[in-house]
Amino acid sequence: MLTVILILLPLLLSLIIIAIRREKAIRQFALAGSLIEFGVAVAAFIQYKTSCHCNLLFTADWLSTLGVSLKFGMDGISLLMVMLTTFLVPVIILASFRHSYHRPAAFYSLILLMEMALTGVFVSFDGLVFYIFWELALIPAYFICAVWGGNDRIRITFKFFIYTFTGSLFMLVALLYLYFKTPLPHSFDFQWLYAATLTPVEQTWIFGAFFLAFAIKIPIFPLHTWQPDTYSGAPAAGSMLLAGIMLKMGIYGMIRWMIPVCHEAVQQYASVAIILAITGIVYASVIAIRQSDMKRLVAYSSIAHVGLIAAGVFALTPNAMEGAVIQMVSHGINIVGLFIVIDIIEQRTGTRTIGSLGGIAVKAPRLAIVFMIILLGSIALPLTNGFIGEFLLLLGLFEYSMVFAAIAGLTIIFSAVYMLWMYQRTMLGKTNETTEKISDLSWSEMAVFVPLVIMIIWIGLFPGLFLDVALPDVMQVLNYIK
Amino acid sequence: MTTIISLTILGVLVLFLGIMKKQSWLLPVILLGLVVSMGLTIMDWNTFKVYYHEMIVVDNVSVAFSTVLIFSAFLIFSLASHYYRGVQRPLDDIFGVMIFALAGAVMMTSYGNLIMLFLGIETLSIALYVLAGSHKEAITSNEATLKYFLLGSFLSGFLLFGIALIYGSSGTFDLQKISVYVSSCAGDYPPMFLAGLFLLIIGLAFKIAIVPFHFWAPDVYEGTPTLLTAFMATVVKTASIVAMFRFFTHTFQGIHGAWETTIWVMAAFTILLGNLTGVYQPNLKRMLAYSSISHSGYMLLAVVAFSPMSENALLLYTLSYSIATISAFGILILIREAHGNDYFSSLNGMAKTNPLEAFCLTVAMLSLAGIPPLAGFMAKYYLFTTALEKGLVWLVIVAIAGSAISVAYYFKPIMAMYLKESNGVKLEVETSYKVHLFFMTMLIILIGLLPFLLIGLL
Repeated sequence: MLTVILILLPLLLSLIIIAIRREKAIRQFALAGSLIEFGVAVAAFIQYKTSCHCNLLFTADWLSTLGVSLKFGMDGISLLMVMLTTFLVPVIILASFRHSYHRPAAFYSLILLMEMALTGVFVSFDGLVFYIFWELALIPAYFICAVWGGNDRIRITFKFFIYTFTGSLFMLVALLYLYFKTPLPHSFDFQWLYAATLTPVEQTWIFGAFFLAFAIKIPIFPLHTWQPDTYSGAPAAGSMLLAGIMLKMGIYGMIRWMIPVCHEAVQQYASVAIILAITGIVYASVIAIRQSDMKRLVAYSSIAHVGLIAAGVFALTPNAMEGAVIQMVSHGINIVGLFIVIDIIEQRTGTRTIGSLGGIAVKAPRLAIVFMIILLGSIALPLTNGFIGEFLLLLGLFEYSMVFAAIAGLTIIFSAVYMLWMYQRTMLGKTNETTEKISDLSWSEMAVFVPLVIMIIWIGLFPGLFLDVALPDVMQVLNYIK
Repeated sequence: MTTIISLTILGVLVLFLGIMKKQSWLLPVILLGLVVSMGLTIMDWNTFKVYYHEMIVVDNVSVAFSTVLIFSAFLIFSLASHYYRGVQRPLDDIFGVMIFALAGAVMMTSYGNLIMLFLGIETLSIALYVLAGSHKEAITSNEATLKYFLLGSFLSGFLLFGIALIYGSSGTFDLQKISVYVSSCAGDYPPMFLAGLFLLIIGLAFKIAIVPFHFWAPDVYEGTPTLLTAFMATVVKTASIVAMFRFFTHTFQGIHGAWETTIWVMAAFTILLGNLTGVYQPNLKRMLAYSSISHSGYMLLAVVAFSPMSENALLLYTLSYSIATISAFGILILIREAHGNDYFSSLNGMAKTNPLEAFCLTVAMLSLAGIPPLAGFMAKYYLFTTALEKGLVWLVIVAIAGSAISVAYYFKPIMAMYLKESNGVKLEVETSYKVHLFFMTMLIILIGLLPFLLIGLL
């Protein structure tokens, strides 16, 4: 039942919020609502950990003639993703308070609608329902980026939409095809889809279609061209939702059913996928070093980091897969933190060009400290959340192939280079006329960062709690590879 | 049969009201009459009946599609009072002819004999030639009716010639007997029969606006008064595709051989060409014309993938397509009224000035584009499942590629309404019209969420 509440609550909130008129009330309502949602997720987490491992299952008939049922539940992996989503959405809402968006009711309503769709993706145990939520998430994302975005937003978001929609349609074809290969009576239930009997050729095609859909969302090189423009053109909240949560849908989809369904093709083409992902890592890192816009730099760094996660997924070893799961959580937290910092700097100085900033640490020490912590998490320093994930990912890749691990390991060096360089040139040094008048974080702004910083350190120090939750399910996914 | 009779009586009644100069009674009587005749139609559910030596066959398929047709007509008539407000001339002729056209459409869904099919098509078409030119003062309307009439009568000749050739080889007009003849041929058909079949397909393809017989559609749609364009794009298309579907199901028990490839290729080209050309249209009405062409292609999928499921898939598809299209035309009417044109720039900033109308148009566009969880997605999904079950993988891939392309133009009005600066014109809409638009939008959402109410009917 908790699972259904997790989906329905944000939907309900997003409908109610349209009716509210005063901006302040809208914000408070959105924040309170998303916190309640987080509370429900925590309750589900506790229930899962303590009393039952019954996957919090909910089943109801929907289109029984077509083998579609409303089957929602959570295993360890979904649970972590749901926790990430429900944790980040209040943070994102709180971070949006600093902006006075036009039409606030629509804005916050769309964020909550997006939360509903994202949660739905992570808890669906039925292929078609998964697909419906997957597409549904695109609509609010499109409108958030297109209506409240920056310059050239119409062209950029349209490219984003066409790109991801086309990818999803390939997934739909594969899904429908798969449906007819499931044992009788056909069903979209994940267990049925896993049991589909496929010839090697069919596996290859289905793998190709799924990979395209997921790789566009993640994005994996060379399908990433929509990403930097979209992230930098979107409003802060939009970039956070896309980078923090939405791209995890792609990796989640790979783990959840691409690997179990076409396990032979996955094994066969794993090296190709890893090569693409690693190419993306190096390529994006090199470009990131050359960026002068902070937001674009972070966008490219995200391609590199996510490339490592994808490479880890295809390494198909327990370590790498565990690393991928935990790194999805960490990456979400870190990138949201980075986007908030950039947003604050941009709002106060009017620019996010690295060259025209400098010396912010002198004027805003609290901002500098917070930025440093998030940055360290993102370059995977030990005792921060990024470390455990990247360590496991590289370890797993190493088990797969030493060469790949060595090249992928460059990501740590590269990310240290561009991140610290960005920090040095914006935060340290002398102040100039743009940064002279910058004020430090107010207490309400600190409130945005406190949960993020706590999580960065918590996951860094005690990753066990999170790793344990996902472990049995990761092993189960890998069981299909044999 | 009761449907056809009741609609004919309704049509005559409307003309009588015109003679008695009761113009204000027209619409209430029509709407009530349509509801009654819809009720009479539904009462025939699960009662298999044949009339006049199997000229008319009333089975569940014909009941279901007749209901869709009458419902579409009901939705269109509900827009009429706004569309024709301020018009001084009597309207009983236009409305009467529309209802006769509807009766023709119903005949096309329940024929058991090729003569009846021809009568139905002609009743529908002749009414439409008149309706297309019903805006007598406008030169575009005259152009539309002339084009439609010249091409339409020419293609009716094809159809009749096709029927004659089929008669020549099989010796009967009756679908059942043709079916017997088909099975006696055992796959080896005489050339005359095949030629007749292809001419018949061409005649119907013209009415449905299938590539390469679609050239009339954009021009005729653009010139025809908008309310009647909605009628053409929904009622006429549904009736014609059902007629084609019925012909193949009753005579061939499915579709195979040479005409399977023919229809396959036609469907693929219709989807691709309709969608690709749709991208380059400068205004909403032409865009909707190409949208309707591409949707004919999707509906053809149901004909190619003949199976017990495909009747149902077609039902869901025609219904969701009709509602979304009528809803879009409903807003198009408002836009043309306020701006005098319907270029996409006229929609700029509508989300600010008319949030409800913008929302309704958005839902209609998203549904036509097939984005979940709206009706259009469910219909497409069901149709694709049907086609895949028949192993039509490549056709489904073409159809899905077409859907991806279609997003490019379905998003044009959405982008204009939500992302462009307003041009300051507020559409004047009375509450009843708003309620009607909202009702259709809700239907689109509800069919998307509760498709099981319609799936499994047939």
